[in-house]
Amino acid sequence: MATSTLDNRTSYKYKLGTNRLGLWLFLLSDAFFFAGLLISRFYLMGFTRPHLDQTLGLIVTSVLLISSFYMNRAETAMAHGDQKTFLRGTLITLVLGVIFLVGVVGVEWQLAPFGPGDGAHGALFYMMTGMHAFHVLTGVIFLVIVYRNGRKELYTAEKHWGVEACATYWHFIDVVWIFYYPALYLIGTVVG
Amino acid sequence: MDEKKKVNFLKLGLVRGIIFQVVGSIVGMGIVMLIRLLMGLPAWNAEPVWVGGTFVGVITFLIGVGAFSDWFKWAKGEKTSDHHEADPSLPGWAKYYSISLDHKVIGIQYGVTSILTLGLAGTFAMIFRTELAASKLQYIDLGTFNSLIGLHGIVMIAAILLGIGAMSNYLVPLMIGASDMAFPRLNAFAYWINVPGALLVVSSLFLGGFDTGWTAYPPLSARAPLGMQMFFLGVYVIGLSSILGSLNIIVTTIRMRAPGMNYFRMPIFVWAAVATSIIGLTATQFIALSFQMVMFQRLLGMGFFDPTNGGNVVLFQHLFWFYSHPAVYVFILPGLGMISELLPVFARKPLFGYKWIALSSMAIALVGFFVWAHHMFTAGMEEYLRVPFMYSTMLVAVPTGVKFFSWVGTLWRGKISFPTPMLFTLGAVSIFLLGGLTGPPNATVATDLHLHDTYWIVGHFHATMFGGFIFPFFAALYYWFPKMTGRMYNEKLGKWHFWLMYPAFYVQSLGQMRIGLLGMRRRIADYDPALNFDFSHLLITIAGFVIFASVVIFLVNVWMSVKRGEKAGTNPWNSRSPEWQLPTPIPEHNYADHPFEVVGEPYDYGLEGSTYIKMSAASKASAAD
Repeated sequence: MATSTLDNRTSYKYKLGTNRLGLWLFLLSDAFFFAGLLISRFYLMGFTRPHLDQTLGLIVTSVLLISSFYMNRAETAMAHGDQKTFLRGTLITLVLGVIFLVGVVGVEWQLAPFGPGDGAHGALFYMMTGMHAFHVLTGVIFLVIVYRNGRKELYTAEKHWGVEACATYWHFIDVVWIFYYPALYLIGTVVG
Repeated sequence: MDEKKKVNFLKLGLVRGIIFQVVGSIVGMGIVMLIRLLMGLPAWNAEPVWVGGTFVGVITFLIGVGAFSDWFKWAKGEKTSDHHEADPSLPGWAKYYSISLDHKVIGIQYGVTSILTLGLAGTFAMIFRTELAASKLQYIDLGTFNSLIGLHGIVMIAAILLGIGAMSNYLVPLMIGASDMAFPRLNAFAYWINVPGALLVVSSLFLGGFDTGWTAYPPLSARAPLGMQMFFLGVYVIGLSSILGSLNIIVTTIRMRAPGMNYFRMPIFVWAAVATSIIGLTATQFIALSFQMVMFQRLLGMGFFDPTNGGNVVLFQHLFWFYSHPAVYVFILPGLGMISELLPVFARKPLFGYKWIALSSMAIALVGFFVWAHHMFTAGMEEYLRVPFMYSTMLVAVPTGVKFFSWVGTLWRGKISFPTPMLFTLGAVSIFLLGGLTGPPNATVATDLHLHDTYWIVGHFHATMFGGFIFPFFAALYYWFPKMTGRMYNEKLGKWHFWLMYPAFYVQSLGQMRIGLLGMRRRIADYDPALNFDFSHLLITIAGFVIFASVVIFLVNVWMSVKRGEKAGTNPWNSRSPEWQLPTPIPEHNYADHPFEVVGEPYDYGLEGSTYIKMSAASKASAAD
């Protein structure tokens, strides 16, 4: 009995479970970082918020949420062995991720009437969106790797941990934004 | 034999890594200057250039050492083998200087690095203790003094974290019957990232130093010299090691246990390691965040902790202590687990109250998340927070008391023997008791207002660190020495080590507490001779040097015993733990050829006919070969 258990340990399925646990613990750890920033935001700014472009905020938020839909579609397709839908979904997610990055860093950072040195709202806005954008950037790099390996047909319906990890990470980034968007754009009265 | 194999030093990961780090830092500085030029700023500004450059240097170190190699291959879609064999063109010792995926090698790498950093931090302490031996300034200026106390603190913390990494990496897989950690590459990465991190922290001494002590409170840290940034960056990087190492320990414990080893049949140290890891995995993010915020305040003028720019300095203390208080439980829990692990072996009796001990580690870890503001009673935080934090802090004494009760219960009427590891274990119990009993006065708001920032606190936390880490760590080193090296340490030198360190520590710690009660402040280079502290300070300094000398004896002992020590049997302590049932040296893949099954309780020492593990028949056959 003992040996059979050990044999199972080296199976793909068992390792998959181990990998999943590892990834979720990593996300838990990362969540503490984002939570710390969120706490700092309420500690320093209370129920006030920075002056930001609401339309742009709504657009980038929608883009990120829609990208998560395509990410999920890509992963589900892979689980069913649908290579074509998987590749298309990954590519759309990737493009939407880049649009989000351009929207936040390229447009919102330029439009904002304040800089990182302008009071608590400046510091927190740039640090929160910056750290989130950094994670989106790593997610985009991850997507590029998955897309490239997907085109080489390295993933199968049974073995596609890379795709799953990428999708889980992408959804995590999305969930972080679901907390950050209201904290920066919606809650409280406008200052600055 | 070593002469035959010519060593090409460029093949050693460590050497390559450091070359890459130096080159990478310079290139990184160039890139930052280029970006600054493109942005229309003057190219040279020391802070951003140094921070950006050395950050690139950390990454290039890891590339140079080879920590990313397999991950890059995976990203390119290539497969790698599960295990790596050591480079056959290099002699055996060389594997310790390069990337290795074997948790035993990584454990020893952690251990050696820990002892080196311990020695470095101890040397810092000897320098400023010499200065403090008499009133007035004699040898060093105020700036150097401040940098040295800060470095003593943070390098010691790094040494402790590395020592915990050593114990948990080496022992956890062996104790639960795993062939390796769950993520061997992540394990190697988590070790190697400490090296560039430690280099950065120490480099702060040469870049102007820093004068905040290890806690780095703004607003002082926001305007300290450039060394401050190197300190922040180094600690930031070392923190990442803590997070990833903790993740690995938790996953390994959950997923890799041997058949029959349920959670309450694991050796007790594993519980302590997991409890520690829960803190390390989560709370560490907060010190990273707080340091990152100060770094960016300095780099970009962000006003997080600048009251004139919308910030609040108390926020830093909240974020900082949300990690740094649980962190002291990170430092002590593995040590307390070690005490529980070794007492039954040397008392030849079952561990008293296994489940209570296991869960008390968890309880300390969890309660530890709700006590941080007891560091801030005098900081000007909201007053209504004081009393709740006083009570939550007092609560920690309950699970700690459970541990003491169990240790006494384990020793009670045991057949106790006193080899060096047991001496250190008993010393740890006694000193941790001193550290524990001196805690509640600091937790009580009324007394803390007097004690805060005095030498009383210094005495208190040195007692907890020595009782909770230093003594158990040395106990562990002596205890597993025969398993790690195949040879026995020198018992006589071991006893000398203990009997010098133990009384000297009491002199040092009680001396610090005494003058602290009388009003000696922390972190000052000079004191008024009229206070009559000169003699006490002299005694503390002498005691410090005795402790330092005892560690030198330990190093001599290790050096001599590794080379010429008596050959040790496979199980010299007659332990029931699975790692002692393996041949020495332990096979590369641990239990791969020696599978076993857990059939009984781990600590039933002295009970007739009780067994803990049963090696499978296949294993016995191969052991006979």
